[in-house]
Amino acid sequence: MKLVDHFQYGLNSPICLTWELTYACNLACVHCLSSSGRRDPRELSTAECKAVVDELQRMQVFYVNIGGGEPTVRSDFWEILDYAISHDVGVKFSTNGIKLDKKRAAQLAATDYVDIQISLDGATAEVNDHVRGPGSYRTALRALENLAEAGFQQPKISVVMTRENVDQLDEFKAIADKFGAQLRITRLRPSGRGADVWDDLHPAPAQQRRLYDWLVARGEDVLTGDSFFHLSAYGEALPGLNLCGAGRVVCLIDPVGDVYACPFAIHENFLAGNVRSPGGFREVWQSSELFAELRRPQTGGACGGCQHFDACQGGCMAAKFFTGLPLDGPDPECVRGFGEQALVARDASTEIPRSDVDHSRSAPRNSRGPVPVTIGVGSPDGPSARPDRACDTSPLAGFTAPA
Amino acid sequence: MSTKPPPGSAPEVGPADGFDPGSAYRRSPSVALRPEPFGALVYHFGTRKLSFLKTPQLVDVVRNLERYPDVHSAIAAAGVEEAQRAAYLKAVAGLAASGTIEPRP
Repeated sequence: MKLVDHFQYGLNSPICLTWELTYACNLACVHCLSSSGRRDPRELSTAECKAVVDELQRMQVFYVNIGGGEPTVRSDFWEILDYAISHDVGVKFSTNGIKLDKKRAAQLAATDYVDIQISLDGATAEVNDHVRGPGSYRTALRALENLAEAGFQQPKISVVMTRENVDQLDEFKAIADKFGAQLRITRLRPSGRGADVWDDLHPAPAQQRRLYDWLVARGEDVLTGDSFFHLSAYGEALPGLNLCGAGRVVCLIDPVGDVYACPFAIHENFLAGNVRSPGGFREVWQSSELFAELRRPQTGGACGGCQHFDACQGGCMAAKFFTGLPLDGPDPECVRGFGEQALVARDASTEIPRSDVDHSRSAPRNSRGPVPVTIGVGSPDGPSARPDRACDTSPLAGFTAPA
Repeated sequence: MSTKPPPGSAPEVGPADGFDPGSAYRRSPSVALRPEPFGALVYHFGTRKLSFLKTPQLVDVVRNLERYPDVHSAIAAAGVEEAQRAAYLKAVAGLAASGTIEPRP
């Protein structure tokens, strides 16, 4: 049996795990796969995060991809980073660069087992800021400058491929070369807020072909997160794992400890459990019903008879799900055009699922389930009207003016 | 158990490649092996590279190298069939090249 066939049936521990530390973010990217913005009050505490690291160490998960939200806005981010590294769990973290000043860059340059991925979705400020928000290009480039100046070795520049930036691939490569960075490009998924912009932003078919040709010609030292395996049906298989790894070799731990099959599948249908439950993450990974289901042999469904099925394996589960396509049919970006046909064939009766987890600042506060909020003002006559601490009365209580 | 291959059956890999299956090796101290259904996942803390040992027998070879005077006897002890020996030697040579195993001091 080939290695990739073994992977289909799942591993004892994930090969690579994405861990989003917070839903809080200083940006509001239009395509955010986790609909981040506001912190969730149920976020894992520092101690809980350290317990997750301990578990990952026991399970021999040798590195995690930490993201968010913007993970560095957690005040304990650097503490968790150091804890992971000193417990044999290497860290690659994704950031928009907001906290990477010269001092942090120097500190990181002196740390082993840490990789940094700076998100940049346009090779020019105009293209980038249209998606990631005003000023975000400057922030990212400043972080890259600081890292280069501090001698940090080979950070990654992480680009989500859109209709607006596919034709900037050479420019992205030039930026990466300029800063001694490695280029990483990944696929735009209709996940999170990405669902709202996918129709307008996903690469057009001709662009997909150019992207594939570029990867074959110039992609040798370009990382892809193995996310373009659906393009392998153009011909030559792309390097990496040409297989959906969801629940088999990858998964996501979200900021409140929920474990999903993959980072692009934040939806209750792909929720396997929570690290706070008895047995912790190991129990979820090894025993959840959802993951057992994902590890059963999959039939190709409508794609089974296609000559390219071995190459593309039907594509990305999340991309199908969030565009309302059946999971055993073609990927919406199927290179033979079957996905487009399926998209056109959707009608009013087609249910297009939406994530029920949304921390966007523009959205009503609606993380799953009611969030208990205690407001300190009750009935004027009731006991709760009486402040129990001085600071509840005066915002300046306890404040001592500097001498 | 033979510790040296019979003359004339020497594999294509040898000291000229920097790998000598007639000498003593060990798993690198920087390497961790994680058991998996197919064999093991290998992680090198120095190079931060992930790789795979694709059969349980290859895992045995790597784990037990330290207990044998040379690579040949470790392969024999893992119960590798004669027909597979050349393939295993090639795999072990690759592990030496990647730093998964190293000459025993």
